Amino acid sequence: MRLTCPLCGPRDRREFYYYGADDYLHRPAPDAPPAAWDDYLHNRDNPAGMLRDLWYHEAGCGQWLAVSRNTVSHDITAVECVAPLRPARKKAVRNED
Amino acid sequence: MRYSGLKVVTEGLFGNRGWRPAWRDPAPKAEYDAIVIGGGGHGLSTAYYLAKNHGLTNVAVLEKGYLGGGNVGRNTTIVRANYFLPGNSEFYSHSLKLWEGLEADLNYNVMHSQRGLINLFHSDGQRDAFARRGNAMINQGDDAELLDREGVRRLLPYLDFEQTRFPIYGGLLHPRGGTARHDAVAWGYARGADRRGVDLIQNCEVTGIDIVNGRVTGVQTTRGAIRAKKVGIVVAGRSGQVAAMAGLRLPVESHILQAFVTEGLKPVIDHVVSFGMGHFYISQSDKGGLVFGGDLDFYASYAARGNLPMVEHVMEAGMTLMPMIGRAKLLRSWGGIMDMTPDGSPVIDRTPVDGLYLDCGWNYGGFKAVPASGWCMAHLMATDQPHDVARRFRLDRFATGALLDEEGTGSQHNLH
Repeated sequence: MRLTCPLCGPRDRREFYYYGADDYLHRPAPDAPPAAWDDYLHNRDNPAGMLRDLWYHEAGCGQWLAVSRNTVSHDITAVECVAPLRPARKKAVRNED
Repeated sequence: MRYSGLKVVTEGLFGNRGWRPAWRDPAPKAEYDAIVIGGGGHGLSTAYYLAKNHGLTNVAVLEKGYLGGGNVGRNTTIVRANYFLPGNSEFYSHSLKLWEGLEADLNYNVMHSQRGLINLFHSDGQRDAFARRGNAMINQGDDAELLDREGVRRLLPYLDFEQTRFPIYGGLLHPRGGTARHDAVAWGYARGADRRGVDLIQNCEVTGIDIVNGRVTGVQTTRGAIRAKKVGIVVAGRSGQVAAMAGLRLPVESHILQAFVTEGLKPVIDHVVSFGMGHFYISQSDKGGLVFGGDLDFYASYAARGNLPMVEHVMEAGMTLMPMIGRAKLLRSWGGIMDMTPDGSPVIDRTPVDGLYLDCGWNYGGFKAVPASGWCMAHLMATDQPHDVARRFRLDRFATGALLDEEGTGSQHNLH
């Protein structure tokens, strides 16, 4: 299997670390109920077909990638950088007193 | 028809004309007392013990392909009870005891061979951990023996003891561990269930689960609707899809695990040998092929075939451990679809839907669990209460934190 990294081009699967389904991009709010955190951490749609999952280009550019992939045929249809997909984080407000 | 040595001899003398199919091929009825979705090892043993232990014989097993065509026919056939954690330990201990009586119980030769399992260790720290595991196994009532380097050398003289990366310090011997003939286990349970009146329905894919007011009422299949007040989902790698028909999202991610077999050789490996540091384990089938495997490919997949990097890794680990196998020709490799849970342990539990039960999450260790999994799932479906040895295999343990993390690596999907 090869993944086409948006920054490095087509690279061998061995350069990448697998993290899991892109549920990890939808982190609940800190005050969300425990069930939301359980669902986020553990439960998965686990489709036989198209899945978007997260890979880390560990032995390459160090980017986190979202890979759209068919889990039955191993066809890869898209590879995107995760950084622009993530909702913008609020800047931490420092209390200076 | 009862199988026996005498039967084999007499059939041989009279042209083998008296053999009959081992099970019927019934059409589905409109209603059953209980339905088991999945005709693999766990589903068939569930049906067998529903009939045998609980007298529930108006039962159907629905299989979308053919019986035993999934993981029970695609594994490396190892049977062991060397677990450590309370919750796992008593369950696998129960399973091994069932294995030891299985052939007599089923009247079927499953070729269970207790040839001994040896887990190698390669450091002082690992030896301490294995000594502790061995003590836990003995406390559970099973057997374990800590071997030093010379003890391993006496049993396995062909290992490369001089390798520098993982020098062999010794091994934990589990004498009652071993292997069995995987297909025969499925066939034996299928025949046993059929003889007790269970309908084994093949080429019957479940396409929907009917739920009325939070209670299961039956299933929709490619061979029509079938009513039942109790439905068990026992579908291993496909658990996510079947559970989704009931609106459930499971803590399961399906991964690919590869295995390999060489051409047939004369007897050379007498035990099951596991080399955890190299992610490699091996045994020799009764047919002579070396059967071995390694770790997951480590990405979600339903392809039932793996990728080359793991093939290379497994071959390297094998050559590191026992260079003598280098000239054996690899005959074939295959992949099984593993239902991986975040903590690496299974689920046998009720679901939020009344009458719907779940047996899944066997990770890469489902084969040895076949007898006890069916035993406990049948108990759960018949009595609505968890069996004592499976009481910790709860679906909600990831939310409550009562995990069964045998490897101690954490409760996260890519860690087991």
